[in-house]
Amino acid sequence: MSAPLLSIDDLTVEYRTARPVRAVDHVSIEIAPGEIFGLAGESGCGKSTLAYAVTRLLQPPAEIVGGAIRWTPDGADPLDVLGLDGRELRAFRWSEISMVFQGAMNALNPVHTVRSQIEDVFVDHRSGLSRTERRARAEELLATVGIDPRHLTSYPHELSGGMRQRVMIAIALALRPRLIVMDEPTTALDVVVQRTILDEIDRLRSELGFAVLFITHDLGLLLEISDRVGIMLSGRLVEQGSSRQIQDAPRHDYTQHLLRSFPSLRGDMPATGTRYVDREPERRPS
Amino acid sequence: MTTLEVRHLTKDYRSHRGHGAALRAVDDFSVRVTAGETVALVGESGSGKSTVAKMAVRLVTPTAGEVLLDGVAPARGGRADKRYRSRVQMVFQDPFSSLNPSLPIAYQLARPLRIHGVVRSAAEEERELLRLMEAVNLSPAKEVLRKYPHELSGGQRQRVAIARALAPRPEVLIADEPVSMLDVSIRLEILQLLDDLKRENDLAVLYITHDLATARHFSSRIVVMRRGRVVERGRSDDVILTPVHPYTQLLVRAAPDPASGPFAVDLQRYERHPEVTLGALDPDLDTWPEDAHWARDWRDDDADRSLVEELTGLAAASR
Amino acid sequence: MLGRRGSWKLRVGLTICAVFAVVAVLAPFLVHHPNRSGPDGLQPPSLHHLFGTTDIGQDVFKQVLAGTTGSVTIGVVAGALTVALSMLFGVGGAFLGGLWDDAGSLLSNVFLVLPGLPLLIIVTDYVDSRSVLVIALVIAIVSWAGAARVLRSQTLSVRSRDYVDAARVAGESRWRLMLREILPNLMPIIASQFVFGALGAILAEAGLSFLGLGAANGASWGSILFFAQNAQAITLGAWWWFVPPGLCIAILGAALGLINFSIDERINPRLRAAAQAPRRGGKR
Repeated sequence: MSAPLLSIDDLTVEYRTARPVRAVDHVSIEIAPGEIFGLAGESGCGKSTLAYAVTRLLQPPAEIVGGAIRWTPDGADPLDVLGLDGRELRAFRWSEISMVFQGAMNALNPVHTVRSQIEDVFVDHRSGLSRTERRARAEELLATVGIDPRHLTSYPHELSGGMRQRVMIAIALALRPRLIVMDEPTTALDVVVQRTILDEIDRLRSELGFAVLFITHDLGLLLEISDRVGIMLSGRLVEQGSSRQIQDAPRHDYTQHLLRSFPSLRGDMPATGTRYVDREPERRPS
Repeated sequence: MTTLEVRHLTKDYRSHRGHGAALRAVDDFSVRVTAGETVALVGESGSGKSTVAKMAVRLVTPTAGEVLLDGVAPARGGRADKRYRSRVQMVFQDPFSSLNPSLPIAYQLARPLRIHGVVRSAAEEERELLRLMEAVNLSPAKEVLRKYPHELSGGQRQRVAIARALAPRPEVLIADEPVSMLDVSIRLEILQLLDDLKRENDLAVLYITHDLATARHFSSRIVVMRRGRVVERGRSDDVILTPVHPYTQLLVRAAPDPASGPFAVDLQRYERHPEVTLGALDPDLDTWPEDAHWARDWRDDDADRSLVEELTGLAAASR
Repeated sequence: MLGRRGSWKLRVGLTICAVFAVVAVLAPFLVHHPNRSGPDGLQPPSLHHLFGTTDIGQDVFKQVLAGTTGSVTIGVVAGALTVALSMLFGVGGAFLGGLWDDAGSLLSNVFLVLPGLPLLIIVTDYVDSRSVLVIALVIAIVSWAGAARVLRSQTLSVRSRDYVDAARVAGESRWRLMLREILPNLMPIIASQFVFGALGAILAEAGLSFLGLGAANGASWGSILFFAQNAQAITLGAWWWFVPPGLCIAILGAALGLINFSIDERINPRLRAAAQAPRRGGKR
């Protein structure tokens, strides 16, 4: 593996509520340039909290209590992501890391056209661009994600769910970031639409060379699209490895259980599982 | 031993403003489910599969067609509906919303027992409640019975919902996406439970889902629906391993399956499988051999043109 | 059950309402002949006359106490009638559906566009015996339609929930569905409509009385204001005549408003969703 683009080192996030909960527990992950890293886990395992931590979008009561996140583009000096604030953070977010969240297609503003919502990114981050340049870029972006540019003048409700999600991906791509964090980007979509969007992401990745942190509960899907996969359980990263390795030789009991939970469509009957009990002690911040 | 037969079921929804064109949610849908068997009804959102489920339990009145039990069309109307529902029950998709948040579990399970006269005394009721809890593997039974829905996990709630459906001792069970709202690691457990209950009680189960993999593994036959119409039907393995209709192929290709090789899209597959019947009209349940593989003829159908184009593109890309 | 923010409003509102309710019940036993005139006209407040006296020597304190009975009665009766009517046409229509719903909606829509105050004035002017109950009835008739619409849409929303369908499939009868599955979920809204109706009625009655169209025997806060106005209490500087009944209306109105706010906070879907989110365990 080449030098990592993003390295998450021993990251710990807690929710400082009446009964504090450790949502992310000493997690370390490295993502190389151009790589798709898949993070699997069930609801409440902390995978979304991790995504929010990486993009510095955590809101109180969630708090990063330990660890570091370093950003190292093209052999430049490492950047301490947790140390960024104000303008630096705004410049970093979206220009370097962008995100597509679950249900993002419902995040489009219903009263503005697709064009103006894409152009907004340039208005905010590339104020040097002229109006014509912005228009041209918006058109180009939409074509990149496989939508006819005549939809630039459409309003969100005139597009299907899959198309809206593509628009969100276009917006995430707008500033050519090196990493896109995708949290369940296709969960709300039908399986056929999901597949076309995944194909699209894969194609764009090889064309543009960005890395992806892809988060979903659907391990089967993750194994298909990811280069490497991490499995989260109760805030801990219990296993990580190449997709092949996780698929063929899972080491952790929980990974094995999750794999059994996804019967192969065209393969043989699965060994139906029993409930997985997390035997490790309950997570309490010490 | 009860057979559920759904014949030529059609449902039109009038558009909201009244006079506009009707939306045909379900179009001439037929299926037969015999006791001890699971038939899967597969389709994406908007395919009409949930409307079929609701018509089967009489929550929605069909525009045309009928639902037969053992070849007889049961009467309709208040009392008759109650009798019908003691024979045909349903498990809903979302256990977070299908249980009343303000009533304890014991109440929600005891009601169907009393309504359908399964129990006659408090002692019998107690015994039957415990039996139901055991049937769905919920323990400690007495403690769970005292709880309210929000105190249970998603899986536990769905077990309660299954117990409620079993309470009237039905002969037919409609399971409408029973696991799609649950965490992945407990889905198989719940499906296995439904499968065991089917065997123990000789239930006829109509399993409605968008998940092809569980449809294949938990049912003997699969019916694929698209835009209200059946596009392919046959034994589960036949439909999944040799999908013929372009839409079924698209579904099979789209489903994640990292353990198998990539699925080859092939519009001409039917030519190599003469056992598959292509037809423009749905097969007639009376004469149709149940296990035979049928697909709707898409070749002259304008409605399927874009589908065929999409598939041709995919076939070319994979070559 | 209530959030911390909601509970103080509810507590303050309920306490004030309880005080007024007690006064309303006890006043008829404590105060006899509140309108009897005396020799001392236009006296400012003193130990003898707590709220002073009117131009013809009536004790304002006694009048306010007696007026409490009238105003509160009108509020309660009109609120109850508003709820009864709106449940009949709103909840009933939405639950039964079809023609019933169409008829209920039509009727409430017609009543909704009727101009309230002018109609109130015409009707009260037309009715022969203007007792407190008649006034309450008239107010309820012109104001139930808004509540009916709110209740109808809420009933439709509750009726389409999965657990109501599940109860139908379990074999529950219509009545049982209505009483056990749907109505409990409407209670907060019904309570809020009652409070709202009562508040509206008390204000409407005050307005009517002020215009001289109130209850005939003049036992309400509004009617005190009417006489104060007629006697030009403001120009005479007799603030003790109109301030107490005015303040009573304002305080009771604010208390009812507080109760309504706290109910609103509880049933507001956004706040409720926020409260439920942790239980549902995030996303699905």
